[in-house]
Amino acid sequence: MTELTLVQAVNRGLHEAMRQDPEVLVLGEDVGVNGGVFRATEGLYKEFGADRVIDTPLSETGIIGAAIGMALYGLKPIAEIQFLDFIYPAFDQIVSELAKFRYRSGGQYPCHVVVRAPYGGGVKGGLYHSQSTEAYFAHTAGLKVAIPSTPADAKGLLLTAVHDPDPVIFLEPKRIYRAVTGEVPDGDHRVPFGQARLVREGNDVTLFAYGAMVGPAAEAAEALAAEGISAEVLDLRTLVPLDERAILASVEKTGRAVIVHEAARTCGFGAELSAVLAEKAFYSLRAPVARVTGYDTPFPYALEQAYLPNGETIAHAARTTVRAG
Amino acid sequence: MTGAIADPSGPTVESTEVADLTPERLRDAYRWMVLSRTVDERCLSLQRQGRIGFYAPLAGQEAAQVGTALALKPEDWIFPAYREVAVALVRGTPLGRVFDQMIGNAFDTSKGRQMPNHFAWRDQHYVSASSPIGTQITQAVGAAMAAQRRRDGIVTVTFFGDGATSSNDFHAGLNLAGVFQTPTVFVCQNNQWAISLPREQQTRSATLAEKGSAYGIPGVVVDGNNLRAVYTAVSEARRRAVSGGGPTLIEALVYRFGPHSTSDDPRRYRTDQQVAAAKERDPIALLRAELIESGDWDAARDAQLLERLRAEVATAFEASEAAPPVDPASLFDDVFLTPTPRLEEERREFAEREPMGGPRP
Repeated sequence: MTELTLVQAVNRGLHEAMRQDPEVLVLGEDVGVNGGVFRATEGLYKEFGADRVIDTPLSETGIIGAAIGMALYGLKPIAEIQFLDFIYPAFDQIVSELAKFRYRSGGQYPCHVVVRAPYGGGVKGGLYHSQSTEAYFAHTAGLKVAIPSTPADAKGLLLTAVHDPDPVIFLEPKRIYRAVTGEVPDGDHRVPFGQARLVREGNDVTLFAYGAMVGPAAEAAEALAAEGISAEVLDLRTLVPLDERAILASVEKTGRAVIVHEAARTCGFGAELSAVLAEKAFYSLRAPVARVTGYDTPFPYALEQAYLPNGETIAHAARTTVRAG
Repeated sequence: MTGAIADPSGPTVESTEVADLTPERLRDAYRWMVLSRTVDERCLSLQRQGRIGFYAPLAGQEAAQVGTALALKPEDWIFPAYREVAVALVRGTPLGRVFDQMIGNAFDTSKGRQMPNHFAWRDQHYVSASSPIGTQITQAVGAAMAAQRRRDGIVTVTFFGDGATSSNDFHAGLNLAGVFQTPTVFVCQNNQWAISLPREQQTRSATLAEKGSAYGIPGVVVDGNNLRAVYTAVSEARRRAVSGGGPTLIEALVYRFGPHSTSDDPRRYRTDQQVAAAKERDPIALLRAELIESGDWDAARDAQLLERLRAEVATAFEASEAAPPVDPASLFDDVFLTPTPRLEEERREFAEREPMGGPRP
């Protein structure tokens, strides 16, 4: 066990993956000599060299297209997109190609690719260094989507992603890259996909969150406890595959659900969760499902703290939900 | 024949190495070209009869495709677009497998997932084709980067059209290939039309090949109706690539004789006279004339060949058409290696209804 920040845990995970398997390589903008703009790839270039840690030209479609080609050929590339906000030039490669290769070739051409991208707000990044658009990827058949919220999960989910034979979109909550520290197992630590993490047990309401929103959800639960409301907090960890069993079991127990994400509300992942609860936990629900999310505006700069969910807004929604029934 | 390679603007590429195109290989090339045209004509007719789906014909591009494919090694990787039937055939795909894919039957190696011409044959390193334009270009470069790292001594070859030179991935792919000096051969089949847009409205550049110079990549224009010229240019590009000389952009000048696809009516944007003029340089007729002139071929053998190939095509298609349909339960396979719980749930839901209809009574 080592005490690490989240970004250090990502870095350890990358080192571990590259040591384990010579077919693993890293490519992206500024990932080599510079060690990444967030230092997530620091030290890789020195240890593994330019052949396996590739500084690419500034082209997201080039990075993902090349990563796909490498994977088709048999390598296991980890592509970094510097900010999730800049992934759209590669959207065609991700949605039309990466996600569909295995299916469209009848299983002949799988794509063993991990796409890493820092995402989310709270870093004064304005419109283009803040967005949380995981729903686009969760909506696309053929992609898995993992979003860690702790250093241990950052390493553990990343190593699972690298060993997964299918494409994984791995989203790193940059707001808490250095804001959280935690004990991280050394060596080959893996956290399985599709298993939500119970952050806090409770009986009155379940707070669903992932990534950078797990912290505020836990804060809200703490505040609610002082008021006599027992809130359960569930960290989804992966949106695809989704741990419906844990989600439903929790709501069957609490009868109430508050869904938290920083992405905009309309068609955000909370809409899917809400639908799952309506379809499969309807008779357990004692109150309407609530969503605490980013608003349906572009991501603001000066007003970002007003835009983002926080412990207060989450606790408020939970109180309202508990009072409703 | 060396005059068939013309490069008005870019670096000159020597083009004299055609010694291995023996009369026998030329006849072989000719047979592939005629077979491809026969398949093409048959598919246009089958689509009109509703027996296969949408089809994108290749007529006019046979020399470009066969010439390229014959210049490659089996270990090279192909990143095709959706018009490369001739490449698939030369790479060794049996006719029956081609038609299985066009129909999407139980024997289709892609399991009926894609519309005609979007082939994938792993054993031939023929990578699964898609419909978005140009996406295969960066992938071919990535595969070449992988081959470089493994020191495999192979090339990746990607096919695309004149329209694709305007795509994001053309720029991204050539740029990457130039930077990393990948063993990649970019084969642009300039068939003069991107659906309705003529070549001169696609770009102000005098040639498409000259775009290579912006990326530090040699670009050559080649007469795509001349099999020898294509074969020579691709052989040279391949040799340069495997010897560490980096990528090459080849612009094969051809003409799309048919519609863009079976959903297209080219008379809306071009005249029959234009097409007739282009057909004066039909690549098959040109090679036939050369073979006959050299005494290696004659009209009687030509008629026999055509008759035999037509029969082979008809027999193969009938067999594919008689094959069982694709299994509806396979709908959920290959999204992931191991299905997610959600997919398993949907598979169960699907199993409880009539596969092609509503709920079971």
